[in-house]
Amino acid sequence: MTDLLEPRAIGRDLARRDGVAKVRGTATYAFETPVEHPAYAHPVQATVARGRVTAVDTSAAEALDGVLVVLTPSTAERLASTDDAELAVLQTDEVGFRGQLVGVVVAETSELARQAADLVRVAYEERQHDSVLSVDRDDLYAPEQVNAGHETDTAEGDVGAAMASAAVALERTYSTAMYHNNPLEPHATTALWDPAAEVPLTLWDSTQGVHPDRATVCRVLGLEERQVRVVCPYIGGGFGSKGTPHANVVLAAMAARALPGRPVKLALTRQQMFSLAGYRTPTIQQVQLAADRSGRLSAIAIDVVEQTSRIKEFAEQTGVPTRMMYASPNRRTTHRLAALDVPVPSWMRAPGECPGMFGPEVALDELADELGLDPVDLRIRNEPEVDPETGKPWSSRHLVECLREGAQRFGWADRPAPRHRDGAWLVGTGVASSVYPTMRQATSTARIRYADGRYVAEIGAADLGTGTWTTLPQVAADALGVDVDDVEVRIGDTEYPIASVAGGSSGLNTWGSALVVAAREFRGKFGRRPEDGDEATGDVDQAAQDEDHAAYAFGAQFVEARVHADTGEVRVPRLLGVFACGRIVNPRTARSQFVGGMTMGLSMALHENSVWDPQVGQVANHDLAEYHVTVNADVGDVQAHWLDEHDPYVNAMGSKGIGEIGIVGTAAAVVNAVHRATGVRVRDLPVTLDKLLTGLD
Amino acid sequence: MKPFAYARPGSVAEAVRDVAAEPAAVFLAGGTNLVDHLKLGVARPDLVVDVRTLTSREISDLPDGGLRLGAASTNSEVAADRRVRERYPVLAEALLAGATGQLRNTATTGGNPLQRTRCVYFQDVTTACNKRDPGSGCSAVGGYTRHHAVLGVPAALPDPTAPETCTATHPSDMAVALAALDAQVQVLGPAGERTIPFADLHRLPGDDPSRDTVLEHGELITALDLPPLPAGARSAYRKVRDRASYAFALVSVAAVVTADGPGSSTVRIALGGVAHKPWRATRAEQVLRGGPLTEDAVRAAMAAELAAAQPQPGIDGGNGFKIPLLTRTVVATLRELVEATR
Ligand SMILES: Cc1cc2nc3c(=O)[nH]c(=O)nc-3n(C[C@H](O)[C@H](O)[C@H](O)COP(=O)(O)OP(=O)(O)OC[C@H]3O[C@@H](n4cnc5c(N)ncnc54)[C@H](O)[C@@H]3O)c2cc1C
Repeated sequence: MTDLLEPRAIGRDLARRDGVAKVRGTATYAFETPVEHPAYAHPVQATVARGRVTAVDTSAAEALDGVLVVLTPSTAERLASTDDAELAVLQTDEVGFRGQLVGVVVAETSELARQAADLVRVAYEERQHDSVLSVDRDDLYAPEQVNAGHETDTAEGDVGAAMASAAVALERTYSTAMYHNNPLEPHATTALWDPAAEVPLTLWDSTQGVHPDRATVCRVLGLEERQVRVVCPYIGGGFGSKGTPHANVVLAAMAARALPGRPVKLALTRQQMFSLAGYRTPTIQQVQLAADRSGRLSAIAIDVVEQTSRIKEFAEQTGVPTRMMYASPNRRTTHRLAALDVPVPSWMRAPGECPGMFGPEVALDELADELGLDPVDLRIRNEPEVDPETGKPWSSRHLVECLREGAQRFGWADRPAPRHRDGAWLVGTGVASSVYPTMRQATSTARIRYADGRYVAEIGAADLGTGTWTTLPQVAADALGVDVDDVEVRIGDTEYPIASVAGGSSGLNTWGSALVVAAREFRGKFGRRPEDGDEATGDVDQAAQDEDHAAYAFGAQFVEARVHADTGEVRVPRLLGVFACGRIVNPRTARSQFVGGMTMGLSMALHENSVWDPQVGQVANHDLAEYHVTVNADVGDVQAHWLDEHDPYVNAMGSKGIGEIGIVGTAAAVVNAVHRATGVRVRDLPVTLDKLLTGLD
Repeated sequence: MKPFAYARPGSVAEAVRDVAAEPAAVFLAGGTNLVDHLKLGVARPDLVVDVRTLTSREISDLPDGGLRLGAASTNSEVAADRRVRERYPVLAEALLAGATGQLRNTATTGGNPLQRTRCVYFQDVTTACNKRDPGSGCSAVGGYTRHHAVLGVPAALPDPTAPETCTATHPSDMAVALAALDAQVQVLGPAGERTIPFADLHRLPGDDPSRDTVLEHGELITALDLPPLPAGARSAYRKVRDRASYAFALVSVAAVVTADGPGSSTVRIALGGVAHKPWRATRAEQVLRGGPLTEDAVRAAMAAELAAAQPQPGIDGGNGFKIPLLTRTVVATLRELVEATR
């Protein structure tokens, strides 16, 4: 048990501290960093999906006035570490996917760099590429583990036997599409290599973690941490794609090192982000459910097939939520990968949970249909008393309460009959559950100093638009027992103590815990009347850590969908979510995380789809005109509510993390609502009108 | 981006002369399409001649009761014009269904019908495309065909390596309405002025997919004329797309219905998103001429129109869904127009 902080600043609806600067445009993002006399870099990308670079002719590019440097696989510096093939930029002639970096041009202006990059002639020996994901491939393999260190496969009991003997057995295949994170701010870096300086390399990089970013860059370039500084006060979104540095960061550093003393700016274009900045793998999910007539599950299983790049493995943990979500004596989860000639997949908001709560949550709806049960009741009937995976008690689990409160707020009981028609529109409602593990990272340190009557806390944390600039002062204020206006928190710079990545919805849990330890240290050393310059630090690993409970946030999402009876167009006028995520530190920034997550879930349900073209070997619709993200006109009434949940086990704030759970389950709820409206069950995302037309009369 | 010279001459005549004199010259209007293409390397002109402030921005009444839209009038201005909204709702609706407010404030009457296809391969210079790079082949065959043509394409599956292969669609909404309105295009070229019926402005790929229209190099659109519609005519535009706004049409329908007498009416139908040009559904119009506009009659008419339609196989099932979708959308659009006429 942890002593929860007495919430005074915590829980207050404070406006963003960085809001004014952002609205006024004075908040500087990586590419805009004011530097003296910058040069501009533009990448050259492979135009074959697999093969070898046989020759690079840079003469036309170099002949242009104002071109400063052209780097190719044969002229680029040799990197200290090439273990990570994604980051082994320009180290080999081999091309592992279309769009891979094969060169870079640095010039006086960005236009010139782009023009010169077009003039670099690359000759290839092209090989047959293979980029089609399917369950029938004979080269599917089991990775050693899946993302976040989870086991690849788990099994308990005998799913096959349970399926054979159950009153109702359901076996279905679902698929989610390939998705690209597409933050508004592109991946961008301003890099300065000044060999004579005390800190020779400075990267103003758009990153979800300056310290992890620096660690990777140091490893790849063979530099000491004290030789590199990474700065990132503001991020225009990342959703995971800026959680680990991608090839563009290494390229920017290499370009700067080729031009000592001159800052070099590199921003990926939107098109380039479709091959260089990570993405969510498409998934194929074979789901099995067995139940008795009352809806009690006797088996639940998910067998996942997904892809990774041949040059680097990333295994999304899609099957993981099925391990703990519902009670069932027989259970199985597996992950199989195809290693293809495709770009390298990576983190995207709620890796694992987001795709993994699609198939099973639709399958439950199909089961409810077969049993003639209310899908809310079906979920409640399968509520596990303890974590089915570990047998541990829950630190707190209020899924049932979320379902009930959501149903009540949404008006679920009065929902229209199947295929209800309102004018030209068919109307239906649907539900699905949400879940996200409560995490805390092992490393993070906060330093608190007293200066001029104020407390200044420093920690190299990140605010990727989530509200960290605002919420960390709330935590620090309560930990110190002072007014929030007396606290300043500084983040986004490796000059500040080490902090973990903003990922896994763990940021506040981790950095807040370090702040609480530091505040305790500070008060222990200096009491309540400190003097100027008094300073203390605290590490997250000194915070109380509970090992005895399974800690997760839960939620329930309700959707009203309307389908045009003539054209099959889908509109979603209502999305309502109720979440149980521990204590909410700031309702204002929390609400935008929930609403943003749910909207992104809607986008996944109806619109987003990186259309993979296996003939060309790239994403066909690689810009925001063709890669559709839900727009305002698609978004109706989106409501996020939360329970007042008190969890004494997770951390001193009582917080569970809220950045990702909003996107979990939404797409399933939409599919379930569309089914209720039309009778058509769409098992392959996105739900586009062509999949509904044949079912409309 | 390739460097180019930029010119803003003093008159339309000079602009035409400048472009005619330079083989790699283009006109620039709002730039919402051309500037993207300059950045992507899809357009690689040596000279860009800005006509935005040279052609007329006026929307003026014509003696026959029609309207003249100056080439520089913006899509927003035309959509908001009271005369357009009252007399040609199909045009106002088509414009408002296109792009976004910001784009419509910049896009022009002259530029909109001349915007180029959104085919993803046309826009990506690293892939083969006969329209962008004649003779290089067509990457869309068996590829991403969701936004591609089903009408005006060869009966057999096109050959990806043949130089004439192109299944691109014309993306403009405005142009579909103009086709249904029998607009006239006023053109000034090196050889003087000429008028082109809108239906003849755009072409099918034929043996030269690189050419979208019949305009010759150096020919400038100066205005579009809208002839008056018969008394009592009703018109509407219906666009079906993958999201509620800011998306190109999967299919669209521009329809004009005039009641000729009890149980008889004349219909004009133009279809968007389905062919290399805005597709005037003349066969369907013929079938419907003089008869009652019942849903069965409309379905039969569309069956005749779509008899030669060719779905293009491709990723995610290709674009065969457009064929039933077209019929359903036409039926719904005419149903609403007829109900409104009653
Ligand atoms: C993201 C996005 C979404 C969009 N969505 C839609 C949509 O849903 N529906 C839709 O209809 N459109 C849509 N558009 C396209 C938009 O409508 C066109 O870009 C616009 O209408 C072009 O007009 P412009 O004046 O900007 O033309 P420009 O870009 O200036 O020119 C286009 C072409 O016409 C030529 N040209 C221009 N004026 C003349 C003239 N007077 N005589 C001869 N040649 C001329 C130019 O040389 C060029 O080849 C979208 C555009 C974008 C970028």
